[in-house]
Amino acid sequence: MEKELWKGNEAIAEAAIRAGCDCFFGYPITPQSEVPEYLSLHMPQHGKVFVQAESELAAINMVYGAAGSGMRAMTSSSSPGISLKQEGITYIAAAELPCVIVNCMRGGPGLGTIQPGQGDYFQATRGGGNGDYRTVVLAPSNIQEAVDFVQEAFDIADCYRNPTMVVCDGLIGQMMEPIEWREIPKRDLPPKDWATTGKHGRDHTNIINSLYMDPEECDDHNADLEAKYKLIAEKEVRWDTKDCEDAELVITAYGTPARIALSALEALRAEGIKAGLFRPITLWPYPEKALHDLAGQDHVKAILDVEMSAGGQMIDDVRLAVEGQKPISYLGHAGGVMPTIEEIVESAKKALKEAK
Amino acid sequence: MAIVYQKSKGLTDAELHYCPGCNHGIVHKLIAEVLEEMGLLDEAIGVCPVGCSVFAYKYFNCDMQEAAHGRAPAVATGIKRTHPTQPVFTYQGDGDLASIGAAEIVHAAMRGEKFTTIFINNAIYGMTGGQMAPTTLIGQKATTCQLGRTKEQAGMPMRVSELLSTLDGCVYAERVCVTDIPHLNKAKKAIRKAFEKQMAGEGFTFVEVLSTCPTNWGMSPLKAKQWLMDNMVPYYPLGVIKETSAEVK
Repeated sequence: MEKELWKGNEAIAEAAIRAGCDCFFGYPITPQSEVPEYLSLHMPQHGKVFVQAESELAAINMVYGAAGSGMRAMTSSSSPGISLKQEGITYIAAAELPCVIVNCMRGGPGLGTIQPGQGDYFQATRGGGNGDYRTVVLAPSNIQEAVDFVQEAFDIADCYRNPTMVVCDGLIGQMMEPIEWREIPKRDLPPKDWATTGKHGRDHTNIINSLYMDPEECDDHNADLEAKYKLIAEKEVRWDTKDCEDAELVITAYGTPARIALSALEALRAEGIKAGLFRPITLWPYPEKALHDLAGQDHVKAILDVEMSAGGQMIDDVRLAVEGQKPISYLGHAGGVMPTIEEIVESAKKALKEAK
Repeated sequence: MAIVYQKSKGLTDAELHYCPGCNHGIVHKLIAEVLEEMGLLDEAIGVCPVGCSVFAYKYFNCDMQEAAHGRAPAVATGIKRTHPTQPVFTYQGDGDLASIGAAEIVHAAMRGEKFTTIFINNAIYGMTGGQMAPTTLIGQKATTCQLGRTKEQAGMPMRVSELLSTLDGCVYAERVCVTDIPHLNKAKKAIRKAFEKQMAGEGFTFVEVLSTCPTNWGMSPLKAKQWLMDNMVPYYPLGVIKETSAEVK
């Protein structure tokens, strides 16, 4: 298939259209604004709905309404805007509505910076809103993956009736690179017979709701959600490895840092240092067992976690997975500064030296 | 024997949870009757708020969504834009609509979203226990203004129908009450007109219903009715606040 040169955010927007997204509700924020810009023009051309909402709060609640009435709905934003959407996301998760949320992450906290960041890991994987819920979180590390994952995210969401997030750092949103429009395998999806489409002769009303006044009922609802999350954790966990078969030093990274780490691996291997990369693709569910097993291998001496985050956020999941089998060190920058190949090489050598 | 009156098919058999003397039940009935009479029950999708009417999804015999506090107009936007030929309505109280959801209602009206909002204004937060609302009157006591609302501390009460009427997208706004049969009949006509205008695709339609809250006002139902007429109606005048004819539009 021919390769085409696309800007990340526009490619993400086009991927949504190709995935059959019926409606998009957005709000401008840098560095994701090209997503609503592109869709404002192209959704109507496909007979689909685009609305620029008055706020991120409104946008995510428009998603709730549309998803609740059976539509494939999407919104996108960047870090501070995703914070505002958290209210809607917990209601969507609680009411079990499928939708896709793209976070083109920038540096924080607060207004932070408009440069790329990964400081929303906790927010994405721990459920930034109230209550016990999970969103499936896919983390592409290049534009090809971003367009593939956005298309798949709609099916994952529909399959489990659960919000699915695609988290890119701002670099993936802003840069251009060649991609292919691959055929994404379609899943067998259950009918949306729960949706509020109007009764149309149905003998009961459909209700989209997250309120359970009876504590027993609320407990049961949570147990049902928990069972669903266990199933998702079983079926949807994804990761990628590079050169881990003999690696003494394993780098853990996702998104853009994982891509920088690939170059660091080459540099380290050129110096005779056996380094490998473990890259989670789903941040939730986290590939805990795969990383645990890798860390348990005799050839692995040390682990270096690399993130665009001040003290590291994913590193908590790395620690939980590794369970103290091997020493873990950290390299990271926040505020839009990216870790360099040289820094990774240096930190990797240091980690290995300390372990030996 | 001929049936001269029966419960609307627009209501389910669920028992209402409202306090004695509360107007929610009457307004539910009017909406249900209008939807039934217009033949819209099979098509309608309603959105209920957070507040006393949070369980309205149990009472209306049409598909319903329960929204987060104040967000019903955004939820209804998502529904109506993707189901443009179907009747969509929100049912919201004054805390929900005029306070936490002020942005959502203003912008839905600005965009001229083609759904109908039924706004219950009882000048107080009912469900959470009688706190001050944006619509609480000057001098009126509430649990968060126990000596009575003052202009200095909380500003003047918000007239939402007038506010929304300044927006071109709002084609119809009427304020009604349901304290007696003539007013109740007027209220039903207003609700019907709002749905008719919605179905004609004219724009955003809004019916504000002045309502009693005997429990949190600390009055008997009869006294509450009188208090509404004596205190609310002078500040919130009844009648059509705005009506744009289809031709003019």
